[in-house]
Amino acid sequence: MRCIKCRQPAAVEVRRHHSAFCPEHFIEFFDNQVRRAVHDEKMFSPEDRILVAVSGGKDSLALWDVLLRFGYQATGLHINLGIPGYSDLSQEKTEAFARDRGAELIIVDLEADYGVTVEDFKRGSERTPCSACGLSKRYIFNKVALEQGFDVVATGHNLDDEAATLLGNLIHWQDGYLIRQGPVLPAGYPNLVKKVKPLYRLAEREIAAYAVLRGIDYVLDECPNAVGARSLLYKEALNLIEQHSPGAKQNLYLGFLQKGRKLISAAEERPQLVECERCGMPTTAQVCSFCRLMERVRIRLRRSKPEPVAPPAAR
Amino acid sequence: MKVIVRYPKRQELELKGARRVRDILKELNINPEAVLVIRGDSLVTGDTVVGDDDVIEVRPVMSGGQTDAVH
Repeated sequence: MRCIKCRQPAAVEVRRHHSAFCPEHFIEFFDNQVRRAVHDEKMFSPEDRILVAVSGGKDSLALWDVLLRFGYQATGLHINLGIPGYSDLSQEKTEAFARDRGAELIIVDLEADYGVTVEDFKRGSERTPCSACGLSKRYIFNKVALEQGFDVVATGHNLDDEAATLLGNLIHWQDGYLIRQGPVLPAGYPNLVKKVKPLYRLAEREIAAYAVLRGIDYVLDECPNAVGARSLLYKEALNLIEQHSPGAKQNLYLGFLQKGRKLISAAEERPQLVECERCGMPTTAQVCSFCRLMERVRIRLRRSKPEPVAPPAAR
Repeated sequence: MKVIVRYPKRQELELKGARRVRDILKELNINPEAVLVIRGDSLVTGDTVVGDDDVIEVRPVMSGGQTDAVH
């Protein structure tokens, strides 16, 4: 297989684009997808201070790497979740990455700073560990960004993550989540910092390839709490479809952003109802549709009937 | 050839005879969408022929977590 740009031996095949690339041109493809995401979704500008949520896995380190290469002001935020045999290694990899690149890194330790670990969530909460972990991370990302004056929080969510989340939200018809799902969650009141996902156009496999080609040393092992997680089931199902129909994940998610979201939000916008000024029934206009219909019909009926002959005048 | 598979647990397999990467994955019942294949320090594509003396790593790319809510 040859690179479609330079005909050198290919390192990565991207079936959904009917393409294959050598290492150099794959990085160019990757960069273009990130630039397009940032530009099209107006995620941030060079003046913005970006807080990058970094777990030590391939996605977040790849995101941090590409933003630093592009010259953005990107500070890392790592949360040590206190997961035995996993969290300390994740922190080490993140610190090594920051050290090698001279990048600024903030560390929050869930146990030291909040007195709990994800292990405690398993025992003391009805949520699944992944759900409690996700909730805690979102809370802390927002809090640190707010307190330290960052303009935006960037996370490494990729096309597979977003397609799997979309599939889950569709299976359960989570209409509230569906309306808000997207690569940008705007800032809001009170105290909600803007969140962006610059890797949403890239598949998980492409991000792993980028990490390998860039020599990024990331945590290879899966989080022990995620074993058997629903997200992995959805991803496997989507990968099976993708294997037989390349581009399926991209069509599902990017199609949702272009078309599906509009349909859902249109359906959700319920017009304000008022009382019809004639009959008092609910309507969105001054006069309800039924009253308007009756009025039109009566006018027409009156016009079509012959004028009644005036009774002869009494003598 | 030696094949190092990392999912669900790290294991080393020995396969006899040269063959293409995509055939190896098929034989191991692994979806090529879910992995990268690395020989030495290089990524290889599905049509690459792997020889008897080669060592390849089949590295999963999936990571899990929460999907039941907006991230």
